[in-house]
Amino acid sequence: MPTYDAVVIGAGPAGMSGAHTIGQAGLQVALVDAGPRLGGQFHRHPPAAFHATRPQALHHGWRHFCAFRDRLADLPGVTHLPDHHVWSVEQADGLITVRAVTDLRRPVGVTIRGRALLIATGGYDRQLPFPGWDLPGVLTAGAAQALLKGNLVLAGRRVVVAGSGPFLLPVAAGLGRAGATVVGVYEAARVSRFLRHATTLAQNAGKLVEAARHHATLLRHRIPMHSGWAVVAAHGDTHLAAVTVARLDRAGNPVPGTRRRVPCDTLAIGYGFTPQTELLVQLGCATRVDVDGSVVADVDAGQRTNVPSVYAAGEVTGIGGAALSEVEGVIAGLAIRAGVGKPGRVPRRLLSRRTALRRFAAAMHDVYRVPAGWVGWLTPETIVCRCEEVPAERVRAAVEQDGATQPRTGKLLTRAGMGWCQGRVCAHAVSTLITHFGGRPASPADLATWANRPIAQPVPLRLLADAAPDLSAPQP
Amino acid sequence: MNPPPEPWRLVHADPDPPFEIIVDDQPVRAVPGQTIGAALWAAGVRSTRHTRGTGRGRGMFCGIGICFDCLMTVNDGPALRVCQIEARPGDVVRTGTM
Repeated sequence: MPTYDAVVIGAGPAGMSGAHTIGQAGLQVALVDAGPRLGGQFHRHPPAAFHATRPQALHHGWRHFCAFRDRLADLPGVTHLPDHHVWSVEQADGLITVRAVTDLRRPVGVTIRGRALLIATGGYDRQLPFPGWDLPGVLTAGAAQALLKGNLVLAGRRVVVAGSGPFLLPVAAGLGRAGATVVGVYEAARVSRFLRHATTLAQNAGKLVEAARHHATLLRHRIPMHSGWAVVAAHGDTHLAAVTVARLDRAGNPVPGTRRRVPCDTLAIGYGFTPQTELLVQLGCATRVDVDGSVVADVDAGQRTNVPSVYAAGEVTGIGGAALSEVEGVIAGLAIRAGVGKPGRVPRRLLSRRTALRRFAAAMHDVYRVPAGWVGWLTPETIVCRCEEVPAERVRAAVEQDGATQPRTGKLLTRAGMGWCQGRVCAHAVSTLITHFGGRPASPADLATWANRPIAQPVPLRLLADAAPDLSAPQP
Repeated sequence: MNPPPEPWRLVHADPDPPFEIIVDDQPVRAVPGQTIGAALWAAGVRSTRHTRGTGRGRGMFCGIGICFDCLMTVNDGPALRVCQIEARPGDVVRTGTM
């Protein structure tokens, strides 16, 4: 088995640019990815068997992606390993061991070794619970996008798009273009807050053009945009049939008298994103809480974590979008090159571009904040942990009756966050809820305990046994 | 013959011929390259399991392998996240309580 100069985990914008930068110096790189094709979530695209001759109709930056993909394919040192689901990462004696499974139908174990590691595992939609969010027909905004971009399946006929953040615009625009009736976009944030960040916005003209184009698509398809509104409940017997929307006050509480019912068959919802940090936590990398409340890798100017030879780029260092991810991937790649004596000077314009994009992301996070009043949308019966079907009242009882003041204790007492998804979906909400019932805000430590997942993917026991040290040998 | 779905027309897709998979004893059409989850969604099958606790229906939620809500039994093997599994001709898929 070869030992690669570097292993890159995640083949989205950050991982692709990182692998490309490292490969350009003639180094051997394994680009390990769970997806079937390069591109990650942002550049998700249909399989070759669809023979789509105009994929750019659904993909922002398609030509850029294709050029990138071709440049990567031209580098003989870069080995792309698709359908590889990493479940563990270890470091010992200066060598990194990545364990993955491939072929989920009949999982086969794969071990990949490298001298450096770049973690570029991206993120997924952040969710807030509300009554009825477990009904079939309620999807994440990312799911609607994945169905459309990866499978050419329309999420629904009558769709409500809701939540918060700039991602809602391309989701609604894509659905509209592809033939869905998008009943409305309900953006919880007040977009007037943008005025505070006029200078930062002016320095990122490209992003403004992109937003304007999405708004034009919404207009063309007569999709109404409601700023300062949220979906506070979903209704239906066995399937979603309607949602209740309400205008929010500044604290995120529904304004009395503004609730109204909107019939729909599909809801696509998300409140920003959660970075996928468990592999960093496995390695003991330091984390911090970013401006949007996400637990992210704490990296230096060269995208280095505090663990030697381990780097992070893209959404795992702070949610900031594809352009920032790509820049960070290049900087991490250059740092990895420099670490083995190859040319790795980072051009000054790349550093200032990263600064500008990071500043833009911070402005976005300030505008699109999670509405604090969401806790008031819950009823006692509202499921907050989907896997273990834990209702809000059980979390309240754990705090108020059983004295669970720490999210970890609350988790152990209620089983919230202990199901299949290992708290990926509910970590933010339930840890916030536990501290809310306890009468204090969630601290960075409260949030960080929920990012710990020692086994990151389902693996058959036989693979765990293969990876274990030989216990039959005499112990010292 | 139904006209092709709008997303296909939009990107000028011309997929290879569809095949059938069996979902709870009913045939469902899948296009080569589509996931089982997407084929079911396109066919209007949205509730894909019943929960262990309350027995309520659950279906695809995150669509990208994070949430495990779309767990189903495929060809009598262990439960799989069908949003992650590419459909193959003759797949036998079942909803269950999990």
